[in-house]
Amino acid sequence: MTDTQNLNFEIETAPAISPLKSDGKVVSMAAAGQWTLIWHKFTRNKVAVFAGCVILLLYLIGAFVEFLAPGVPEKSKPQYTYAPPQQIEFFVPDGNGGSKFLMHVKGYKIEVDPVALRRSFVPDENKIIPIGWFVHGQPYKLWNLIPADLHLIGALDKKDTVYFLGSDRLGRDLMSRLIYGTRVSMSIGLIGVTISLTLGVVMGALSGFYGGWVDLLIQRIVEIISSMPTIPLWLGLAAAIPLTWSPLQVYFVITIIVSLLTWTALAREVRGRFFALRAEDFVTAARLDGSTERRIIFRHILPSLTSHILAVVTLALPVMIVAETSLSFLGIGLKPPVVSWGVLLQDAQSIRTVATAPWLLIWPASAVVIAVLSFNFLGDGLRDAADPYGE
Amino acid sequence: MQPILTENKAMNTTNQTYVHPGLPDEEPILTVQDLSIDFHLRTHILHAVRNVSFNLCRGRTLALVGESGSGKSVTARGLMRINDPAARVASGNIFLDVEGKRIELNALGPNSPQIRAIRGRRIGLIFQEPMSSLSPVHTIGSQIVEVLQLHRHMSLAAAKTETIELLRQVEIADPTNMADRYTFEFSGGMRQRAMIAMALACNPDILIADEPTTALDVTTQAEILDLIKRLQVSRGMAMLLITHDLGIVAEVADEVAVMRYGRVLELGPVDAIFHDARHPYTKELLGSTVRLESGEANADETQRSEKPVLSVSGLTKVFGSNSAWFKKGSYALKAVDSASLDLYPGENLGIVGESGSGKTTLGRLILRTVEPTEGQVIFRPGDGSETDVTKLAKSELRQFHRHVRLVFQDPFSSLNPRMTVKQIIGDPLFVSGVARGKEMESRVGELMEMVGLDPAAMERYPHAFSGGQRQRIGIARSLALDPKIIIADEATSALDVSIRAQILDLLLDIQKRLNLSFIFISHDISVVRYFCDRVAVMHRGKIVEIGSAEQICNAPREDYTKALISAVPNPDPRNKRMLHRTRLTA
Repeated sequence: MTDTQNLNFEIETAPAISPLKSDGKVVSMAAAGQWTLIWHKFTRNKVAVFAGCVILLLYLIGAFVEFLAPGVPEKSKPQYTYAPPQQIEFFVPDGNGGSKFLMHVKGYKIEVDPVALRRSFVPDENKIIPIGWFVHGQPYKLWNLIPADLHLIGALDKKDTVYFLGSDRLGRDLMSRLIYGTRVSMSIGLIGVTISLTLGVVMGALSGFYGGWVDLLIQRIVEIISSMPTIPLWLGLAAAIPLTWSPLQVYFVITIIVSLLTWTALAREVRGRFFALRAEDFVTAARLDGSTERRIIFRHILPSLTSHILAVVTLALPVMIVAETSLSFLGIGLKPPVVSWGVLLQDAQSIRTVATAPWLLIWPASAVVIAVLSFNFLGDGLRDAADPYGE
Repeated sequence: MQPILTENKAMNTTNQTYVHPGLPDEEPILTVQDLSIDFHLRTHILHAVRNVSFNLCRGRTLALVGESGSGKSVTARGLMRINDPAARVASGNIFLDVEGKRIELNALGPNSPQIRAIRGRRIGLIFQEPMSSLSPVHTIGSQIVEVLQLHRHMSLAAAKTETIELLRQVEIADPTNMADRYTFEFSGGMRQRAMIAMALACNPDILIADEPTTALDVTTQAEILDLIKRLQVSRGMAMLLITHDLGIVAEVADEVAVMRYGRVLELGPVDAIFHDARHPYTKELLGSTVRLESGEANADETQRSEKPVLSVSGLTKVFGSNSAWFKKGSYALKAVDSASLDLYPGENLGIVGESGSGKTTLGRLILRTVEPTEGQVIFRPGDGSETDVTKLAKSELRQFHRHVRLVFQDPFSSLNPRMTVKQIIGDPLFVSGVARGKEMESRVGELMEMVGLDPAAMERYPHAFSGGQRQRIGIARSLALDPKIIIADEATSALDVSIRAQILDLLLDIQKRLNLSFIFISHDISVVRYFCDRVAVMHRGKIVEIGSAEQICNAPREDYTKALISAVPNPDPRNKRMLHRTRLTA
């Protein structure tokens, strides 16, 4: 280097950065509130976003089951028991060597196994059942209010039956039943979580805020409840439901039973956050600013808590769904004629059924797995994004 | 902060390292040439280290000095190839001299057996935080034994003997027994000693010390630096010392490299850097380093005619149980032991002490966020009335908190991240009903201007501000209600040197304009010397000495104060103080 005294030094005022892409813009987050930041952090997790879309789709399905299902779930056809799923095909021979477009499924013919004398259905290549979009089929009442008979997809002729996912032991359409089951299974989670959220947040906040003997009492209750073996307890409670009650009443009681046992985790989470936040410097600062305890809770602690609660709720939902499924599978939860994924799985209890009609196990089980996985991925993503100030 | 997207090539400017003459010309053991390290982040590439070149020579210490984010740690980690996966060496070479052969370190894979043989064996590393770098589930001895077995292929018995010898060398008392203790049974200083023993286990040629004493108290720091220096000289190691503290540099280093934003701005012998600095940033850094010798020292004790605004007498806080449950032999800790002090209007009173001396608790006791066990705090707002703070009911305490405000240490956790700056600064105004709506907004604007922030930024959230700016927000909040007293609890310890000087000057300026009294709690005696008129020295819960800042720093009376003052590193290589310090034997 030179030894000149009046050497000019370049003064830098910030770290050196080059954008990753040529059009890279530095987005200003200076005036972004917590939800904007949470959203930005959440959308970075692609799996969670995808899971969120799946869940949204499931709830949409749940909202419009009557329209989306090709039939109604109770409609049974004894001549088609354990009919296998039908494939949708698009072209039929037009008689002079070519083929023309016609969406259809193949009908069934019955084959009898000469040794076992067992009846089984195989697709009949000659029997073509045309299907189409927005067809008029079996009548229903949308949300139990509006009478209609429009279905998204179905056989053009009302007298034909189609089983896209196969049929069960009474010849009922599994696809319609699965779609109807979505409504019950997905909503039991929502209602159950609302109850346990209210219980959990109130108990957790009381515990975290007052501390002392209130905390002691609530935490011991939480411990007692979470130490109970769940399945026998559910069994006992469900057995206590009078047989005379309508399926709807049973449905609500089951939700309450499930949620009475799951609020404990939420209460602990809320209490822990409360304690952590109470020790934060900014809460001390608020106290020294003269804020009352009420203001500290509602202005400072709860806003920091909401995003965490949202994440916990998302992780609590699949627990509810699994609980409902296992109860119904054991035959002590929801009972027919209510249709839920757990009720559907009841049909797949015996090995014989699973061997002859595997679709009865595969489809409802996949529905449960997809829903639970999606909720878990979404919940994980939300939990990571819940505190966007960590980095 | 405006990121520099392109390098501006203005006329007659240089961004090359200014190298002072007088660097040692012996054969270096480690050569770094033109090293650049990039971090590939999600949105952009951060050039953390840019064209850094330096040499390490046997028996000499090179200090890398810089503020946070200057790339000094990244450089050091780059030498051992232990940077995290996002970091990539963009260019440059690192040559290590191993028994006459030159090995190119950057050509070795980060997990290759060759580099692993060099880590620990040739280059030893001491981290900042000994608690997290030592395993909590193994004894100190077994961790050193493991290193010896791994690198020097010693038998278990030989390794154990060697471990005890190493612990003796790092001056751990009773090494035979201490080798069987766990990390949590060691104090911070002892952990750092154990860490040093581990780094030295394989007789490395180079020792990298990354902020080795930042987590330690000033007297412990002096001992550890002493130890490192002696071991380095006696073993003829080359040392790379990474620090932000110019005092330590002056005391320990032979050569200095000043880093900023990934570049080495200036490189030279320690004397040249301190007394013939060329780069404006180096000058700025030296200028903002507060010295023990100089201070504002504006007030005189004799001219106190007014009554003190705050009188603390016999304030005591006992933690732990001495309740009726365990009558005898119960565990009780006197965090503050009958502390008494007066604070006069317009005065800056410093409280210094090492960690655990009770200085923070004393501050909290005055505010009653921690309830005192005994004692009185008399507050005189200046209108002739007197209130005993320790007897106030909750609602009256709120009134008291309007007059006595607290500035926190951590500018990140003390601001609610979910509120805008306007809401944060305006919160005390809103809660007390002094101003709301438009009126509050204009008052917040005034306050922001007073602390040197642009009022246009009031709709922003704290995350948009740097540490220093956040601390200004915290100060603005504490000023909102026209307080009489501000208690600043380590208000500048989390800040970089140059920012710290700005904040201290801001506080002094505000004090003069508003005639406030400050209680300034700090572990850093130089800062207290700069800022305060009078200083109270705390040790083990007791105030051992109160006097004018000048008297405490230049002519301390108590043994403890003497030991404390003499352990403060002096940012002047021609006048090293720490190595000739007074030691307290208590």
